[in-house]
Amino acid sequence: MGFSEYYDVVVVGAGHAGCEAALAAARLKLNTIIFTVSINSIALMPCNPNIGGTSKGHLVREIDALGGEMGKNIDKTFIQSKMLNRSKGPAVHSLRAQADKADYSREMRQTLENQDNLTIKQAEVCELIVEDDTVKGVKIFTGGVYYAKAVILCTGTYLKARCLCGEAITYTGPNGLMAANHLSDSLEKAGIELVRFKTGTPARIDSRSIDYSRMTPQYGDDPVIPFSFSTDPASVQKEQVLCYLTYTNENTHKIILENLDRSPLYSGVIEGTGPRYCPSLEDKIVRFKDKERHQLFIEPEGIHTNEMYVSGASSSLPEDVQIRMYHSIPGLENCKIVRNAYAIEYDCINPAQLYPTLEFKKIKNLFAGGQFNGSSGYEEAAAQGLIAGINASMSVLGKEKIIIDRSEGYIGVLIDDLVTKENHEPYRMMTSRSEYRLLLRQDNADQRLMKKGHDIGLVSDEQYEHLLDKVKKIEKEIKRLKNTFVGNDEKINDLLLSLNSTPLNSGASLFELISRPEIDYRSLSEIDTDRKSLPDEVIEQVDIYIKYNGYIERQEKQVEAFKKLEMRKIPFDIDYDDIKSLRLEARQKLKNFRPISIGQASRISGVSPADISVLLVYLKNS
Amino acid sequence: MQNINNEIIAAIATGFNNSGIGIVRISGSGSFSLIKKIFKKKDGSSFEDIDSHRVYYGFIMDGEDVLDEVLVVPMKSPHSFTTEDTVEIDCHGGNLVLRRILELVLRCGARIAEPGEFTKRAFLNGRLDLSEAEAVIDVINSKNDLFLKNSLRQLKGDLYKDISNIRQELLYEIARIESALDDPEHYDLTGYSSELKEKLLNVIERIRGFIKGYENGRIIKEGIKTVILGKPNVGKSSFLNMLSGYEKSIVTDIPGTTRDVIEESVILDGLNLILYDTAGIRESDDKVEQIGVKKAMESAGNSDLLILMIDSSDDLTSEDIDLFGFIKDKNAIVLYNKSDLNSVIHPDDLKKYTDKDIVKISVKDKTGISELSGLINDMFIKGSLSYNDEVMITNERHKKLLDDSLNSLSNVMVSIDSGLPEDFYSIDLKDAYDSLGMIIGENTGDDIIDMIFSEFCLGK
Repeated sequence: MGFSEYYDVVVVGAGHAGCEAALAAARLKLNTIIFTVSINSIALMPCNPNIGGTSKGHLVREIDALGGEMGKNIDKTFIQSKMLNRSKGPAVHSLRAQADKADYSREMRQTLENQDNLTIKQAEVCELIVEDDTVKGVKIFTGGVYYAKAVILCTGTYLKARCLCGEAITYTGPNGLMAANHLSDSLEKAGIELVRFKTGTPARIDSRSIDYSRMTPQYGDDPVIPFSFSTDPASVQKEQVLCYLTYTNENTHKIILENLDRSPLYSGVIEGTGPRYCPSLEDKIVRFKDKERHQLFIEPEGIHTNEMYVSGASSSLPEDVQIRMYHSIPGLENCKIVRNAYAIEYDCINPAQLYPTLEFKKIKNLFAGGQFNGSSGYEEAAAQGLIAGINASMSVLGKEKIIIDRSEGYIGVLIDDLVTKENHEPYRMMTSRSEYRLLLRQDNADQRLMKKGHDIGLVSDEQYEHLLDKVKKIEKEIKRLKNTFVGNDEKINDLLLSLNSTPLNSGASLFELISRPEIDYRSLSEIDTDRKSLPDEVIEQVDIYIKYNGYIERQEKQVEAFKKLEMRKIPFDIDYDDIKSLRLEARQKLKNFRPISIGQASRISGVSPADISVLLVYLKNS
Repeated sequence: MQNINNEIIAAIATGFNNSGIGIVRISGSGSFSLIKKIFKKKDGSSFEDIDSHRVYYGFIMDGEDVLDEVLVVPMKSPHSFTTEDTVEIDCHGGNLVLRRILELVLRCGARIAEPGEFTKRAFLNGRLDLSEAEAVIDVINSKNDLFLKNSLRQLKGDLYKDISNIRQELLYEIARIESALDDPEHYDLTGYSSELKEKLLNVIERIRGFIKGYENGRIIKEGIKTVILGKPNVGKSSFLNMLSGYEKSIVTDIPGTTRDVIEESVILDGLNLILYDTAGIRESDDKVEQIGVKKAMESAGNSDLLILMIDSSDDLTSEDIDLFGFIKDKNAIVLYNKSDLNSVIHPDDLKKYTDKDIVKISVKDKTGISELSGLINDMFIKGSLSYNDEVMITNERHKKLLDDSLNSLSNVMVSIDSGLPEDFYSIDLKDAYDSLGMIIGENTGDDIIDMIFSEFCLGK
């Protein structure tokens, strides 16, 4: 007792959010300490063995462009990689990698351990020290006090966690790890509103007990494209593991339906709200009765383990039912379950209590990131952790905090949705949540965000200069293609015909030719004699720009209108009670959310355009 | 805002119905001086000092003419609904009189209120200085308007339901595409584009139907521009006079129109016709008459309806035949006049020259009018368009939004035809969905996500 230390930044939790937060602060040369209930759970992947996927791949790229670690870490530890949606437009191409979970975690742990200015401490933080609406530090269970200029809460799914497997309930965090049972009360005492969310994970199966001949193998891409803009593509070309596809059947569905009353979800034992995008198998079967079968992917958890993840089959049914259910599936007839599927319930916050900077509105210098904010997914967590880490650092350094807005990145969409919209389930990123999708591509995350990362100090000069050079090359090449004309010439028309394209009657620029759907930059190499050799990343951008220019310009116009409203700031000390014409509902919502801009206010449900007009008039007059 | 506040707005505050009583409401500073110009107290005493919230009994005067016997209630700012100077005229003379009083008020400097504008003013005037109204109104216009929503809720017709249905169908398609984008290993879009194309053709057809409905709405609001054609002395003027006398329904004699084309507004069985009587169409050497003929043809070109009069007591002339040619591709009705006299030609004879409907009338005996009005009704008022003031006025904005949605949908068709990937379809589908949503005052919110989860099974 009586022991205390001083830090610039305290990070509570060392999951994907905590790691990014702590690394960002330490890299900005702030004296940082990160707490975890178990050193072995640093950057743990307790659920699916993937990083990326649709829209999540975008997040990883954005984290990378801002100077975060996730992309680099998965590039070092992936065992299979795929670009999803290749047949669709460039906006929805998404990288997804299978991770070697143990490697991923170990690699990240080493990065943390080797990071200057960063201390790692295994301890349960049990109390938040708040004075004068400002956070002063934390207290750990063994009594030590750690004072800090800023605190970042990234407690994931550990707060008052309980795991449910059928009738069996254990009061632990994920993977049987210790739950954090003390902090919740302290948070509530500090005036932080907590809610209870729920999520789940499927069983892990012993690979030796699976008959893969009854399943369809799933291959990785060749060549592999790395996540990080700083990873050399040559370094990620390696042998990849296989995943497998199988299906549920009538029998599986029958077993589940007959035992539904034994699922805690359906018998009412679980109170928390579960995510719709990650339904348990019993959920899928109840809700989509017409579907004769559901896909299941069998994915390795790593190279040095026989455990296989059964994607698509999360369940909270009792053990005996789970076994019968799995045994009904082709290839799994004799499977042995290493770990049961389970559901987990935990305390997290209503993120409306946060500013888009991820700082608490009521408590100064207190930030939050990750699943604690009501999100779901490793990538969503890491993205918030990074922003919370950056902004906590900016706060300590006395610099302006950053906000990524909805037109700048999926990170912006994610955070804005969290802090602005009412959220009743763990929030998962989806491409359909982004209104400016065509601008927010995974391929241009560097162009969108690296300047910010560099300004903050997390992206090296060398990397930033590489980006500037790339952008210059793209612009120069587009200009050249606009100004290079070809005519009605036999060689050109032969080439066009061979590409199933209409021959030219008169002159056309190469730019115009590339804008045809059937033609791309590379296919014109024969007739484009002045062409200099350019890096793939430049050619890709040139192609996308030329092909989707019309749509891109359209969205850019929409962004302009959007920005206008974002830029109309609402003062912190606005007294909504003073605005008499506001409807009661709107006034309450605005008082609750305390939006920072008219734009954000307009996205709060229950605040009508008419209320916004009143607000505008009021602001103009005061 | 100042400029808006200065504008006096007026509208019939009671809906169109057959009740004899109705209220014309006037709001805005200047309302009092406006009412002074047109109201005369029963006892003839001066109306100079208006007491607020008192009921005055008297007449609405259009010059020397008494339009109606009314009660007038002036309400001084800020003690009125809009917080502006407001006058309500409680009229008793039925719909036509209401309209005539409103027109008089408009002539005296008020403008017609936008839908919900009284409420909007009331709302904005709350306690605010309205110097920024234009910005405000931009915002209101750019988003889904609360008032639009209210006015639409009042819409008894099927429009609301139909648009909701179309939105729901579009939403399903968006969700289908988005599900496949979010979970590509689960949902496949092979062959989807041709399926979508077919569905969209159907939706486009239905939206075009609404736009047509808008035309109906406009016609109810503005009247059917009707040009009466025919060679000289065929009976056009007597026809016009007959209509004018019909139901004592002259609404306006609009002065200032040229002598060559006389414009007159009449109500025929509830339909408002703006009649243009043209100089008799005749090849002429006379210069003045030539101009008249030219103007007649011009107004005929801009009209909604042509009525071609044929004199049944006389042989068809080459002029008649030319006129049959002129009306060929236009909305037209042929009147077979003077059917009371001994006919030289038979209606069947006319069918050689025209496929238009032919109505037998006698201006002298006043027969055939109801058949004519029935025919015009059929031509213009299709479907179940309700005779509701709000519908008409809001129509213009709706029309634009319908056009926008149509435009977005045709963009989708273009994207499909040029082989763009499916995620591009959903960009334009969403735009169409939003435009339609603005018509019925609904926010997009999270309904795409909700639809994805309710209709498509995603997830690990």
